[in-house]
Amino acid sequence: MNTEDHVIDVTDLRRVYGGGFEAVRGVSFTVGRGELFALLGTNGAGKTSTLEVLEGLARPASGRVRVLGHDPFGERDAVRPRIGVMLQDGGFPSELTVRETLRMWAGCTSGARPIGEALEMVGLGKRADVRVKVLSGGEKRRLDLALALLGRPEVLFLDEPTTGLDAEGRQDTWSLVRELRAEGTTVLLTTHYLEEAEALADRLAILHEGRIASEGTVEDVVSAQPSRITFDLPDGWFPGDLPPLDQLGVTGHSHDGRTVRLMTQNLQQAATSLLLWARDAGVSLGSLDVRAASLEEAFLHIAREADGRGDSATAAASLDPRKETAA
Amino acid sequence: MSAVTTPPAPAGQEQRTRPLGRLAALARAELALLVRSKGVMFAALFVPFVLPFSVAQTVDDDTLKGTGLTLGLVLLPGAIGFSLLFAVYSSLVTIYATRRDELVLKRLRTGELRDNEILAGTAVPSIIIGLAQSAVLIVAVTALLDIGAPKAPHLAVLGILVGIVLMVVLAALTSALSRTAESAQVMAMPVLLVLMLGSGMVVPLEVFPDSLASVCERLPLTGAMALIRGGWTGELSGGDILTAAVTSLAWIALSLFAVRRWFRWEPRR
Repeated sequence: MNTEDHVIDVTDLRRVYGGGFEAVRGVSFTVGRGELFALLGTNGAGKTSTLEVLEGLARPASGRVRVLGHDPFGERDAVRPRIGVMLQDGGFPSELTVRETLRMWAGCTSGARPIGEALEMVGLGKRADVRVKVLSGGEKRRLDLALALLGRPEVLFLDEPTTGLDAEGRQDTWSLVRELRAEGTTVLLTTHYLEEAEALADRLAILHEGRIASEGTVEDVVSAQPSRITFDLPDGWFPGDLPPLDQLGVTGHSHDGRTVRLMTQNLQQAATSLLLWARDAGVSLGSLDVRAASLEEAFLHIAREADGRGDSATAAASLDPRKETAA
Repeated sequence: MSAVTTPPAPAGQEQRTRPLGRLAALARAELALLVRSKGVMFAALFVPFVLPFSVAQTVDDDTLKGTGLTLGLVLLPGAIGFSLLFAVYSSLVTIYATRRDELVLKRLRTGELRDNEILAGTAVPSIIIGLAQSAVLIVAVTALLDIGAPKAPHLAVLGILVGIVLMVVLAALTSALSRTAESAQVMAMPVLLVLMLGSGMVVPLEVFPDSLASVCERLPLTGAMALIRGGWTGELSGGDILTAAVTSLAWIALSLFAVRRWFRWEPRR
């Protein structure tokens, strides 16, 4: 991919807030035409701060940002007609109806779709004449999406597009985003739902404390993480009784009482060798759990490593409060 | 949901929005919001008509003796001043701050509207109400108090336009310097009070002691009021016109600079 195909080009972006807080600390990435790129991270990782610079809402403290070859802040007129933005918080006057909100936005949008079409796309057709203040949180997210799509944007910025949506609404949004991507729209989305990034993203970057901790395809990011085997040894057996770990293809291990945890880049070899040893030795492995690396584990690992502490529960909780931590 | 869509316009033929079109779209939405906001509507529609006529009770011919003014010539500019202060300034302070609190301004900034278009488009309905009120007041006072046609109508028009622009930028500045919509209203009170009393709309500056009057002459709205009154009396000297115009423009320039520097498009975090 040559540089002209880079629809979004971010080099060493830094963003500092008035109080001196450095929210983005040297972030670089590129997004190619038609690609769907996800920025993942805990709350406060710098996702929205990065996005606001790309949307042209804020000037970077330093670094270079190009969207469609232009500076989104300084060359607003060149960029805005070609992008669509979905903010994290709607920002709609509560006393306007859905249709009035779209009509206003259409008047400010070059090459706007018909309003009815935008409403149908996001499934708000029946709510056109309802005031914004009575919409549910999920409906407001859909209205926001409709606004972002109104100008048939080449580049779509989606800041946590499915937060507040129920499972069905999330699936609807996902399939709409997939269709748009199939039509050639470049999409940059932020999310703190790992499954969202896993389901949609061609490539992703995990942000942590204003820096990119890991970047690549889902497979790239996951394969950098080891798979894991956990089991309990019966009474009288100790980790030292296991066969030599390097023969199993194990790259790391830990144990806590009778519970043993093995890390490996070759899960099949390690699991087979371990189970054969257990059969031959007549050992019954309790609570056996064989787990391939996942994006979630990669994420937790990054959060833990960057924090320099093993507090995976905290990382998981701030990542998604509804999700049980797997660690 | 479905992404089955109408095809985009062929390349090159796509209509780019224009500043006036964007302004009109925003103004239309704001007008709908204004009509639906009872508090703002009340302040905008009734206050300017009620207040000046209560002032009429306090200013009698004795107070005006020796100033060469008549009741009508005090009342009309005063009434227009009230309209500017309440229908334009006071309403807009609330509107700007509310739109910021609701994150509407931030949302508008993600689109093709430029910053000055957002501020101007939001102000259009209030400006229309201010102009319409001025027109109604002119007709009513002319009919009821027999003040006759303005002798220098261009000055009156200039005064009203300058006054409106001033009210809009002062409203943007007031909302910029306050944290929430509520605190913006509180901050607007002293401004309203000082401008009401000191711009020559309730009490003519001629009845003040000289030292106080010379301070009042430097207030933002005094120039506009002098131009409006001069429009009817036709007795404004070239120097007076220049002073009024320069004072007003200086306030507008200063406020614009401050707005560009300090206006905030989203609530403080």
